[in-house]
Amino acid sequence: MLDINHVSKTFNPGTINEKRALIGLDLHLKEGDFVTVIGGNGAGKSTMLNAVAGVWPVDEGSVVIDGSDVTALPEYRRAAFIGRVFQDPMMGTAPNMQIEENLALAYRRGHKRGLSWGVTRAERELYRDKLRTLGLGLEGRMSSKVGLLSGGQRQALTLLMAALQKPKLLLLDEHTAALDPATAAKVLELSDRVVAENGLTAMMITHNMKDAISHGNRIIMMNEGKIILDIEGEEKKKLTKADLLQKFAEVAGVQEETDEVLLS
Amino acid sequence: MNIAAYFASLNPLNLIKGIPGSIAQGIVWGLMALGVYITFRLLDIADLTVDGSFTTGGACTAILILAGWPAWAALLAAMVAGLLAGLVTGLLHTRLGIPAILAGILTQFALYSVNLHIMGGFKGAANKSINPDQFHLLITLRSVPQAILAGLLLTAVSVAVLYWYFGTEQGSAIRATGSNPAMSRAQGINIDTMKVLGLAISNAMVALSGGLMAQYQGFSDINMGRGSIVIGLAAVIIGEVLCDAVFRKGASFAVHLIFIVIGGVIYYVVVGVVLWLKLPSNDLKLFTAVVVAVFLAVPYLQARAKSSFKLAGRKGAQRNA
Repeated sequence: MLDINHVSKTFNPGTINEKRALIGLDLHLKEGDFVTVIGGNGAGKSTMLNAVAGVWPVDEGSVVIDGSDVTALPEYRRAAFIGRVFQDPMMGTAPNMQIEENLALAYRRGHKRGLSWGVTRAERELYRDKLRTLGLGLEGRMSSKVGLLSGGQRQALTLLMAALQKPKLLLLDEHTAALDPATAAKVLELSDRVVAENGLTAMMITHNMKDAISHGNRIIMMNEGKIILDIEGEEKKKLTKADLLQKFAEVAGVQEETDEVLLS
Repeated sequence: MNIAAYFASLNPLNLIKGIPGSIAQGIVWGLMALGVYITFRLLDIADLTVDGSFTTGGACTAILILAGWPAWAALLAAMVAGLLAGLVTGLLHTRLGIPAILAGILTQFALYSVNLHIMGGFKGAANKSINPDQFHLLITLRSVPQAILAGLLLTAVSVAVLYWYFGTEQGSAIRATGSNPAMSRAQGINIDTMKVLGLAISNAMVALSGGLMAQYQGFSDINMGRGSIVIGLAAVIIGEVLCDAVFRKGASFAVHLIFIVIGGVIYYVVVGVVLWLKLPSNDLKLFTAVVVAVFLAVPYLQARAKSSFKLAGRKGAQRNA
């Protein structure tokens, strides 16, 4: 479903702030893969997701989604294939617009936006049903401005929006990191449900190793712009936090005592 | 000056006589404020093109009416000219990466020359008069009640069209672009296109207002648009404050738009009162700027009144004492 072929990206090349964020990265996802991504700060996790989403052009390599090469497409055109939820709950929704208007924007992702009505009556019913599944009572306040919602509510709504128009790929960039633990757990559970119900192919970055182990069917660990560990299926199910730390030490050749720092 | 003599010199009748004219003028500027609202509030861009495109609208209308066009057709042509002005600003901003505010200033600066060309090429005509006796005008200060009626009709049409457009998929995409550009891109919206579209539509509205103003006052003048951004902002702010006061933030988009035109009317009625009070008209722009600055500062100052370092320090000191 997704092929990242030998992708490299260097930020601020030729300056003192030069940062080789991705170095010849290769990753191939099968349809229905739910991959959790872990790694220390600056390992290239978000950079990888941004390379796929097309936030900026890559320096080398190609990104192929479901057989079509999107390397040359800007972010807004790749959006037809991709649903995204960001770390910052404020980033995924338009605060000055109503809940139903936000959903309607997402419903038209990948379609031409013409001069027909922005939200139709039939859609409203669909949104009401979808919102009801969140269990947050948002179905009763569809014409409220999204800016009035809490971070957790906005993140749940963003998740709904990301899956409303079934994407080929769902990208979750530490989408629970800014939430309190109870809300984070709810949003995470909702993520699992959305992925399972729609049979989505997904990538989820997390800083929480427990979450990384307990969600998805595949886990990858990144370090210095490369994937240093890739475990899936049965082997992943048996994985423990201690295993991860040890593997990280083996592959990256880092001193044991620094592992916690790098991964937490 | 003797105060009693000053008050004795004010004739309330003059004030009342002046109000209809202020209302007519206010409606025309209110239409201009609708254009400012599109960029300033919906797109979150302070577009300074308007000072130029207002005059462009006036110049096109005057020249075409002089050339024998019917007034409505001249206004439509003026709107197209305004649309193009907005397009230039939009392209300077999105294609060439020039900050929006500078892009607007550049276009406005260039429009000065363009407007002179429109009004008579190299003959250096900075002023074109259209005599309401010779030409059929939609709106003129010779007949204020009729002007108000025509203004209200145009307001109704403009509000209806804008309400419809910003409710469509495309209009929603423009609003989303102003509200959250990152989210808009992630939802597949080409935010550059939306900004250009918004700027173009906004300046079309502004040029329409300029064209009406040229007809109303019976001439177009190269300086007629000077400072119009401030008047437009004043109308937007007055309208919004009033709308929130009446509807407690529960107003629909159409009501919001209507209140912005009302904001323009109130601004001109206040100006009429200020002039009637024989306050020096030279200070009018200073007065307007101060009023707009105060209203723009209100949300910030309100937030500061709730939470600031000074406040925190004072509370901390109280506790320690």
